[in-house]
Amino acid sequence: MAKAAANLSGKDILDLASLSVDEYELIMQTAAEMKKIMKRDIKKVPSLRGKAIINMFYENSTRTRTSFELAGKYLGADVINISVASSSVAKGECLRDTLMTVEAMHCDAVVMRHPVEGAARYAADILKPVVLNAGDGAHAHPTQGLLDMFTIREHGKNFKGLKMAIIGDILFSRVARSNIAAWTKLGADVHVAGPMTLMPQDIEALGVTVHKRVEDAIEGADVVDILRIQLERQKKGMFPTTREYARIYGIGEDKLKLMKPDALIMHPGPMNRGLEISWDVGYCDQAVIREQVESGVAVRMALLFLTLMGGKQIENAN
Amino acid sequence: MKTLIKNGRVVDPSQNLDAVMDLLIEDGKITALEKKITAKADDVFDATGLVVAPGFIDLHTHLRDPGLEAKEDMRTGTMAAAAGGITRVACMPNTKPVIDSAVLVDGVKERAADVGYVHVEVIGAITKGEQGKELSEMGDMALHGAMAFSDDGHYVDSASTMLLAARYVGAFNKALICHDIVTEFNKEGFMHEGAVSALIGVPGIPSIAEDIAVARDAIIAKYTGTHIHIAHVASKGALDIIRKAKKDGINITCEVTVHHLTLTDEACRTYSTATKVSPPLRSWEHVEAMREGLKDGTIDAIVTDHAPHAPEEKDVEFRYAPNGFCGLETSVGVILTELYHSKLFTINELVNKMSTAPAKLFDLDAGTLKVGKNADVTVLDLDKEWVVDSSKFYTKGKLSPFNGKACKGKAVATMVDGKFVMKDGVLCKK
Repeated sequence: MAKAAANLSGKDILDLASLSVDEYELIMQTAAEMKKIMKRDIKKVPSLRGKAIINMFYENSTRTRTSFELAGKYLGADVINISVASSSVAKGECLRDTLMTVEAMHCDAVVMRHPVEGAARYAADILKPVVLNAGDGAHAHPTQGLLDMFTIREHGKNFKGLKMAIIGDILFSRVARSNIAAWTKLGADVHVAGPMTLMPQDIEALGVTVHKRVEDAIEGADVVDILRIQLERQKKGMFPTTREYARIYGIGEDKLKLMKPDALIMHPGPMNRGLEISWDVGYCDQAVIREQVESGVAVRMALLFLTLMGGKQIENAN
Repeated sequence: MKTLIKNGRVVDPSQNLDAVMDLLIEDGKITALEKKITAKADDVFDATGLVVAPGFIDLHTHLRDPGLEAKEDMRTGTMAAAAGGITRVACMPNTKPVIDSAVLVDGVKERAADVGYVHVEVIGAITKGEQGKELSEMGDMALHGAMAFSDDGHYVDSASTMLLAARYVGAFNKALICHDIVTEFNKEGFMHEGAVSALIGVPGIPSIAEDIAVARDAIIAKYTGTHIHIAHVASKGALDIIRKAKKDGINITCEVTVHHLTLTDEACRTYSTATKVSPPLRSWEHVEAMREGLKDGTIDAIVTDHAPHAPEEKDVEFRYAPNGFCGLETSVGVILTELYHSKLFTINELVNKMSTAPAKLFDLDAGTLKVGKNADVTVLDLDKEWVVDSSKFYTKGKLSPFNGKACKGKAVATMVDGKFVMKDGVLCKK
């Protein structure tokens, strides 16, 4: 395959709407190379030796933080984690000052997870180092979107004209917004369903079809992306009970039959087994949930490499 | 001291006047308004090619004084007004302390008299501390010259408290100015709910949060007969309710801000905190409705809701930023650019909505150039082209969604009580 005509050198990765299809392609091709490195006995390569990456997490996260950390380390970078338990406001130092402190230490990339929409863009406007958005409120989670894209492609599915369903809490989901942005751009037919209390007003403007019934959204689908339900949503009264959620919106064996036989079942994790996804669907042959985690490391390696090293070749990776 | 403003196009809706005339001012009063005045004056201002209008009035500002001087103070706030061509501002009571007693009304008035560049009308709080629970001493404040009462910044959540307030204040012939957005929605949302909020993930405030609140207060206005003035209406639904209420003869009026007439929620796409305001910037459908409402008389006045904040308060993540931004120095330019030069409104209509009509709403002895009245005058150059540079503002809260905007039309002189407080954009020594 020809190298995609794009260059991500020095580019902040804030959301998927602001990346082009060519840039997606470059990331996908690079991630495929990275996956080979991950599978080696000795995974460490020196591509990012001498580069410093700071993971700034203003929100708890295990898998995304670990994935970014390993991605940096596999490529030979120094990776530091800063966990900030609470928001900048509660901490007393404003975000600008924290960011400028980090920049003064001469790091090359900042990976940021933040509970508030727009925080990644705010950081990118301030910082010289590359900013990789690891999730900003309900806005975007571009690396999740890219790892989903990579996983779907690995299964030979190429988006154009495919029926993709996203099920659950669309309103508060950065995963949903990232996948909607990418999948519509790639020409897929995107359908969403979930409790109407968790469906954004005017979501149709994003080019998706809204269904009241989950069954209609997943019928004949090629890909079904099941979102995690945050339990505090129920506590806040967004839906009556977890029991009713599981019964009406949960994806179990019975709903599997409605999809295409080779439909992929995806979930960003961590799963609430028995709530949005049944035990058996989570472990069925079509579920690619563990592959998503693997793709996550490969995609993050690709992004770090492409943004920090630009067009340079991966150190004779093969 | 005699000042003669010569050969200007005098636009005064209070006298249905639009003609080239001379205006003579003596000792702070207008003493003549004629085709040609030959009397000798100490100061002659040549207004050839300019519009001479009754001083502009801004019914909705936050001067932040006392207590919140990091955001603004009486001096800087009224300097901003003078610079923007506004001769009279009404200031909201959400200061520290809240203006909820006569001694505080006096205090603000004294401070304005000491350091203010323009007239300042004081709005007292409806409830003590704007807590929405007990009525403040509105009677005493009214006797000390409060213009009206408002818990601006807050919706009076309790319908029974609101009914009490409307009943009580009726005896003093004062109006209640209502910040009508149901509080619960405002706590959970940070921008207008619609296609843009769906896209950028910021939790939305449904526009019906405004409609529901306005409906309640229109009902209270009908039941009590008390004048209820809806602050910064921004929702089409709320406007429809007000239109119907007015048609039914209910004593209800309203105002719209410059930004709700000219900006949409598209401006929030970049998460700039300069676009965060309450009510939020809404979609084009609502902006169009505001323009229609202004045209058909449903909306009585154009205001700024000038709400400056200290830079560090606004330099945070979108969700954490306080609502509001400055507006006194941009309102005339933005309105002339977007509503006059677009041919949507005549200059007579706009002068009315920014001077004569707001004065009438609250029985202010202003908004006119009639002989014998106080000489508060705004002089406009309708064709002056300029670019908004918020770093040059007099206000302390320099963040503006209009920064960088190319404008056509500007206030080029401001006269208060017969004295120029601004000429050619430069403030005159106080």
